[in-house]
Amino acid sequence: MLRYTINRVLLMIPTLIGVAVLVFFLLRVVPGDIVEIKLRGDGGSVTQETIDMERKRLGLDRPLATQFGDWMVGMATLDFGNSMWTERPVVTEIAGRLELSFQVAIMATLVAVLLAIPMGTMAALFRDSWIDYTVRILTIGGLSIPSFWFGMLIMLTLLSLFNWLPPITFTPIYVDPVANLTQLIWPALAVGYRYCAVVARMIRSSLLEVMNEDYVRTARAKGVYERLVISRHALRNALLPAITVIGLEFTFLIGGLVVTEQVFNLNGIGQLFVQSVSRNDFTLIQGMVMLIAAFYVFVNLAIDLLYAVFDPRIRYNA
Amino acid sequence: MNVAETSDDLRELRDTRPEVGAPLLEVDDLHTQFSTSRGIVRAVEGVSFTVNRGEVVAIVGESGSGKSVTALSIMRLLPRLTGKIPKGRIMFDGRSLLDLDDEQMRQIRGRDISMIFQEPMTSLNPILTIGLQIKEPLQIHLGMTDREAQDRSIELLQLVGITDPERRLDQYPHQVSGGMRQRVMIAIGLACNPKLIIADEPTTALDVTIQAQILELMKNLSRKLDIALIIITHNLGVVARYADRVLVMYAARVAEQGPAEAVFHNPRHPYSMGLLRSVPRLDRPRGGKLETIEGLPPNLADASAACRFAPRCPFRIAVCDQEPPLFVTDTGSLSRCHRHEEIASGKITWSAAGGAGLNFAANTEAPVLSVRNLTKNFAASGGLRRAVGMVRAVQDVSFSIYPGETLGLVGESGCGKTTVGRLILRLEEPTSGEIHFEGVNLSTASPAELKAMRRKVQVIFQDPYSSLNPRMTVGQIIGEPLHVYKIVDGGQVEARVAELLENVGLRPEMAERYPHQLSGGQRQRVGIARALAMEPSFIVCDEAVSALDVSIQGQIINLLEELQRKFKLAFLFIAHDLAVVRHISARVVVMYFGRIMEVADRDTIYGGSLHPYTKVLLDAAPVPDPTIEKQREPRLIKGELPSHLAPPTGCVFSTRCPQVSQECREVVPPLEEKRPGHFAACIKV
Ligand SMILES: Nc1ncnc2c1ncn2[C@@H]1O[C@H](COP(=O)(O)OP(=O)(O)OP(=O)(O)O)[C@@H](O)[C@H]1O
Ligand code: SF4
Ligand code: SF4
Ligand SMILES: [Mg+2]
Repeated sequence: MLRYTINRVLLMIPTLIGVAVLVFFLLRVVPGDIVEIKLRGDGGSVTQETIDMERKRLGLDRPLATQFGDWMVGMATLDFGNSMWTERPVVTEIAGRLELSFQVAIMATLVAVLLAIPMGTMAALFRDSWIDYTVRILTIGGLSIPSFWFGMLIMLTLLSLFNWLPPITFTPIYVDPVANLTQLIWPALAVGYRYCAVVARMIRSSLLEVMNEDYVRTARAKGVYERLVISRHALRNALLPAITVIGLEFTFLIGGLVVTEQVFNLNGIGQLFVQSVSRNDFTLIQGMVMLIAAFYVFVNLAIDLLYAVFDPRIRYNA
Repeated sequence: MNVAETSDDLRELRDTRPEVGAPLLEVDDLHTQFSTSRGIVRAVEGVSFTVNRGEVVAIVGESGSGKSVTALSIMRLLPRLTGKIPKGRIMFDGRSLLDLDDEQMRQIRGRDISMIFQEPMTSLNPILTIGLQIKEPLQIHLGMTDREAQDRSIELLQLVGITDPERRLDQYPHQVSGGMRQRVMIAIGLACNPKLIIADEPTTALDVTIQAQILELMKNLSRKLDIALIIITHNLGVVARYADRVLVMYAARVAEQGPAEAVFHNPRHPYSMGLLRSVPRLDRPRGGKLETIEGLPPNLADASAACRFAPRCPFRIAVCDQEPPLFVTDTGSLSRCHRHEEIASGKITWSAAGGAGLNFAANTEAPVLSVRNLTKNFAASGGLRRAVGMVRAVQDVSFSIYPGETLGLVGESGCGKTTVGRLILRLEEPTSGEIHFEGVNLSTASPAELKAMRRKVQVIFQDPYSSLNPRMTVGQIIGEPLHVYKIVDGGQVEARVAELLENVGLRPEMAERYPHQLSGGQRQRVGIARALAMEPSFIVCDEAVSALDVSIQGQIINLLEELQRKFKLAFLFIAHDLAVVRHISARVVVMYFGRIMEVADRDTIYGGSLHPYTKVLLDAAPVPDPTIEKQREPRLIKGELPSHLAPPTGCVFSTRCPQVSQECREVVPPLEEKRPGHFAACIKV
């Protein structure tokens, strides 16, 4: 298992290098760069000379291979460079926003999973009853309503019913938990709704399937209490496929945040991403893409390892 | 006229051993139905029977006849939303089970009545340890502490013949063999000393030698602990060997029930007569054509007032339009047939089908196929890519098949039979060895020769459903090879398909249907027609009739034999059912753990086999005759198949052979011609 984990971690390196190549060259294929936006952005007239000087200063005039090499060497030493716009280190830029986004993501996951397990279970156990129909309608909603729209709905509701809007400036949870939670719970709900819907539907269908398995029948034939039949024999097996969905949705969540943060005017990495793209801030975009890619491969590994923990049939020996 | 409809009548007729008191279980006029999208399915209608303490009662019948539903009704384990028992009474040990509430019923399940299911592979929870699954009923019903339950579990595992039980308790089901899982299921069933065990096809998924071990174990335990057993099975040999009384079910009803001897020797219902005649039997000389029950069982969703068996019954008369009650017959059995008296007096007998000629080919021609020193090794992977060992699936196998001949290939699961078939079909590359087809060595053949060979060598699989494309009609399935290989002109495909369908006994209209609209037997016929379309000279039949019901199996075997004669086909008939192989084959190859143990013509193998493994294998298969079976001493083979990761040295059978000695473990015995045409791989013969 340990060797398997190490192997998998080593395998991440080529994956991440692939992502690096892709993002670096794709960015440079698209015409336009940060200098033009910075200097000519407002329609002001700047001489070509000034622009060239700025390009030189940022190292954009050097051959692509050199630029790429520098970036890779930097990354290997954990130096991701400076933002081309603010000139502050990419790491500092991201770290400042990550806390907020990460907290929203975790809260959304908690809300989603904690609601999804009972919802999916009840819907399966009382299949075709009003409980099931309620859950099915709610979850169809979650799948079909875009999270930004749901976010706006939340904002409007808060505004029109309570005449209140969540604050815009971020208060870390260790500073003022109440202020922090009242601010972040709404975006967490907005993105968590879809998440919850996906997981609840997964649990419902996999539990329905498991309840028809021979071993559940065996458990009943043994005279096991119905409660225990469900919790010990059925639900544990039914949650296995849910692990994958929970993990994959968690990574998708980061994508969903880009829009939701705009809606709630939150200064998280979603917003940073939008900004850096509109400014053509190459180093910052690259850093963020690498972060998300690394996050993605790690979550995938975590899913596989978790699976092995919960399912004794799976043993990795590489 | 003497009619028995209720259990009060039955009680009068019950087997009257003096020591038995009131029956343990009385099922009275049980009706069970399911509501489905296609209407109400009446799965059990008016079934009544009793089970005494310590008695073994068998329920037999074709797939879908309501055997399992009867058992699940007694356990009250029917699907909650769709299953319903509108009528009937089930008395168990003085209590009416259908009147108990859920909690009272739960207390009976696993405590007083336990159930063992067919599929040992799926009946245990894959993510819980074996120990936990055995301890569960002990803790729930008997309130044992963990320590006590642990000790009792170890005791139980020893009782069911599992060695080193402490270690097994911590293992998960996937870590032990199928036979061992079924033993664990039995241990769970025995855990709380129940009064009744219902075993639904307990050994169907297991090999003959393991089947014999498990059934012998169940029978002994039931004797020793005075537990009553209901065994559900479709294997008539098993019934004959183990049952005191038999229920023959047909289309949701009991066709005949009574003492095993009476039903087997003097059946009084046309269906039981047909059933007993349509199985190939090891205890009788091999006849010509198998007698079969033509047609298919009725659809249970259609209500009919007539005798359920009437559409297939050769003795049908006008009165059969009324449902017959259960008559008491001269033998003491109960038969649901108006004409039971005529059957008893011998006035009507099942018409014996004309004995067809045996398919012995004169071996003077050149063989169609010969296989020399065929060997196939697979890398046994222990997870991600890395090979941890080698599975020697096929070792040094040689044989020849002549035109028009059937060569039977028998052996237990995992012995390499299917791999041999796949190697011949070129679905797998041999590790070494040669295959010659019609004189051409396939490993050096040109692409054109290979293409010709692919056309002439066809296969019929076990599972007719998964081998047919569900989105194609029967006509398209059979017509496809005709187009691809341009066997007939485009315009004539339809006519040829119709002709092929007729050859396999299907009506030409069937061409319009999709596979899911056909029964298992019909699908297998389509599979055969598809193979015939290529005009092959050789067909590999891999467990071609194993998934079919007895009466349908007989129909397909007859069809294969008829086609063989007509088109001079050679068959490699791979199967685990010894009686079926005996019926169809001219010569038989017996394999064990990748190697050939014995080869001889059919009568020699079945009448005078030399190899200890063949003897054990034949001994383990019960024959459908209670008198023979009850006198026969069980000669059980111990142990299970060896592991490929630690293969036995010397003779592969040495780990289980009753005649093993030290020399056996030293060298691999070669396959030698011990008598003319009779080869065996054993140093002791
Ligand atoms: N849950 C269910 N819903 C609807 N119909 C069912 C259900 N279970 C069984 N049936 C139907 O009841 C009939 C009897 O089925 P049952 O399982 O008792 O057959 P069986 O005799 O045990 O056959 P086999 O030998 O294949 O196990 C069949 O027609 C089957 O399709
Ligand atoms: S009642 Fe008639 S149709 Fe039914 S089994 Fe007897 S003879 Fe055949
Ligand atoms: S060689 Fe020995 S172990 Fe093998 S079958 Fe013969 S007697 Fe048994
Ligand atoms: Mg069944």
